[in-house]
Order: sequence, then C-alpha cells, then structure tokens
Amino acid sequence: MTELALIMVSAILVNNFVLVQFLGLCPFMGVSKKVETAIGLSLATTFVLTLAAMCSYLLQQYVLKPLDLEFLRTISFILVIAVVVQFTEMVVNKTSPLLYRVLGIFLPLITTNCIVLGVALLNANKSEFTFITATANGFAAGLGFSLVLVLFAAMRERIAIADVPRSFQGAAIGMITAGLMSLAFMGFTGLIKL
Amino acid sequence: MSMVAIAVLALLALCLICGAILGFAAVRFRVEGDPIAEQINALLPQTQCGQCGYPGCKPYAEAIAGGDKINKCPPGGESTIQALADLLDVEPEPLDAVEGEVPPRVAYIREAECIGCTKCIQACPVDAIVGAAKQMHTVIVSECTGCDLCVEPCPVDCIDMIELGSNLQSWKWDQPLAPGQLIASDREQAA
Repeated sequence: MTELALIMVSAILVNNFVLVQFLGLCPFMGVSKKVETAIGLSLATTFVLTLAAMCSYLLQQYVLKPLDLEFLRTISFILVIAVVVQFTEMVVNKTSPLLYRVLGIFLPLITTNCIVLGVALLNANKSEFTFITATANGFAAGLGFSLVLVLFAAMRERIAIADVPRSFQGAAIGMITAGLMSLAFMGFTGLIKL
Repeated sequence: MSMVAIAVLALLALCLICGAILGFAAVRFRVEGDPIAEQINALLPQTQCGQCGYPGCKPYAEAIAGGDKINKCPPGGESTIQALADLLDVEPEPLDAVEGEVPPRVAYIREAECIGCTKCIQACPVDAIVGAAKQMHTVIVSECTGCDLCVEPCPVDCIDMIELGSNLQSWKWDQPLAPGQLIASDREQAA
C-alpha cells in the first residue's frame, strides 16, 4: 500500500510527466486556453493513460518478453494502445452518449501523444513493476497531467485579460508561465526516492 | 534469420487481432442515428437561430421526427415547410409566426456607437457580420436572416432591427387568408 502511495505521489508531483519529464507538452500548450476544455482533456488523458499502462504491461509481460522481442516495444505499444482506445471510444459511444460528449473529441487527439507512449515505455523499463503498480503509475501520470493542465488553464484565463506587453502576448507569455510552473515543481525534487 | 521471422509473424498476428477487434466493434457497436431526423436536419436551414424554441436545428429536427409541427422555422420559410411536408407526407401549414407575417428585417449596427467587442459576430449564426476586435462591425444585408440573435449580446445596444421596405423587386400582393385559417396570435385570442 505504501508502495502504491509512493508511486502516486512520485508520478503526480515529483516526476510530473509534463513539468518535470516534459512529455505531453503539445496538449499542455494547445488545449489550455479554457478551463472547461482543459478538464475534458484531463479526463480523457487520465482514462487513456490508465488504459495504456494496463495493456502495454500485459503486452510486454505475456507477448514481447517470452518471444524475446522487446525491441518491438514502440511499434507494438502504439498499435495496441490506439486499438484499445478506439475500441473503448466505440463502446462508450454506444453505451453512454453523455460520457461520449465529454470525452469524445479528445480521445483520438490524445491517443498517439508522447505522454501515452512515454508512460508505457517507462513502465516497461521498470522490471520490478507488477500489473497493479504499472496501472497505478499510469493513472497517477494522468492525475498529474490533469493537475498541471487545469492549473495552467486557469492561469492562462487570467493572463488573457491581463495587460501583457505586446512582444510577450499569446504563446510567449504561455511559455514563460509554463517555465515558471516547471520551476515551481522542481521544488518537489527529493521529496521521495523510488 | 529466425528472429526476423518471429518478429514479423508476431507483429502480423498482433495487427490481425487488432484489426479483427476493431472490425467486430464497428459492426457490433454501430450507433444508429435516427435516419428520419437526419433527413429532416438536412432540409432545415442550419442557421441555429433558435426561433423554433429549440436550441438549434438538430434538436428541432429530432422534435419533428418525434411528432412536432413542421411550421416553426422562420428562416426556412415556405420552401422549407413545403420540403418537410413532402418528406414527411403531411399537409404543409402556414408559418407559425407569433405576430402573423413578420416583414423581412435585417440587423443594422449604428457604427458610431460600436465599440468593436465582436460579441455580435460570435452570436451570428450565418456569419453576416464583418469586423474585428476594436474595429467597428457592420452587417452584410444580403446575408442577414433577421434572426435577432445579435441584438441581445451587444453591450452598448447599438444594433437595431430595421424592416426592409418593399421596393420594386420585393413588393408582392398580400396573400389572401383561406377561410377559417387563423394566424397564431388570433388563435391565441380565440382559444
């Protein structure tokens, strides 16, 4: 149990995938103009990351390792994650139109993002991970992404109405804000050791 | 060599399985839209003006498919009602305009008062308003459907709805009312 808690804290704060490991920066900068859309994307990302961690772990343990084909990780992870997400999207579309309306357009957007592949590959590199811990790591990566994305979107909503000097308007001030947030998250370094 | 063969075979098998799963899901979890609502939606003008009382054309199309009246779409006018009547095989009815025949109107922006906030541009369902942030806006008369949606968001109330007076091109005789056929406001009084 403590191990799970440590993994969660590590993935959410200390080794935050966006601000410390710099994965998934594209949706972080791109979909952070409004808090509402940021929340939608956060939900979709958390969902996809958990799913990706699960199926990539199974693939790694039961297909790639026994066949000694670990060099095929990248391509087979992408394939399986894309298929599983697509499949889930169809099922959700059929069974729950409301959930589909919330997640719908974000699912295919996030599926092939580097943060998804990053979680899968980093999990595969850690030989001590079990199915449970791998899934927890994926879920926590999603929570960490959600945390910083929603915080960042809220800041950008305020910055949008602030009097920013002309040469810093738009993407420039967004980058600076992201950098400052990243600096702040560096403060968590050394909080726990895994 | 055998390593390559195993790798190729393993990927091939993986791809085939994935393809099979997606193919199965596409058949098993196909979402049937209401085909009649889709066809009705295709006939509606897609101005999303909301004058029918529904939040857009698609909801109104679904309502018609569920048995609502076909005569609640002012932007579509007589031609839309006729097309809907043909599609659904019902009698065309006169437009259910609350104040009877509304003369065609267009929005007019008093440009001296416009502060360039772009709120009316965002509200316009047919993109009939041109302008940019902090520049004055104006209405393209030929595109405006007179739907009123831009009046409400304007923070300085500089949008008027003005009637298009009839000219030599647009003037026509008043249509005679068939006996017993009442317009909506009269129906309300009679009821």
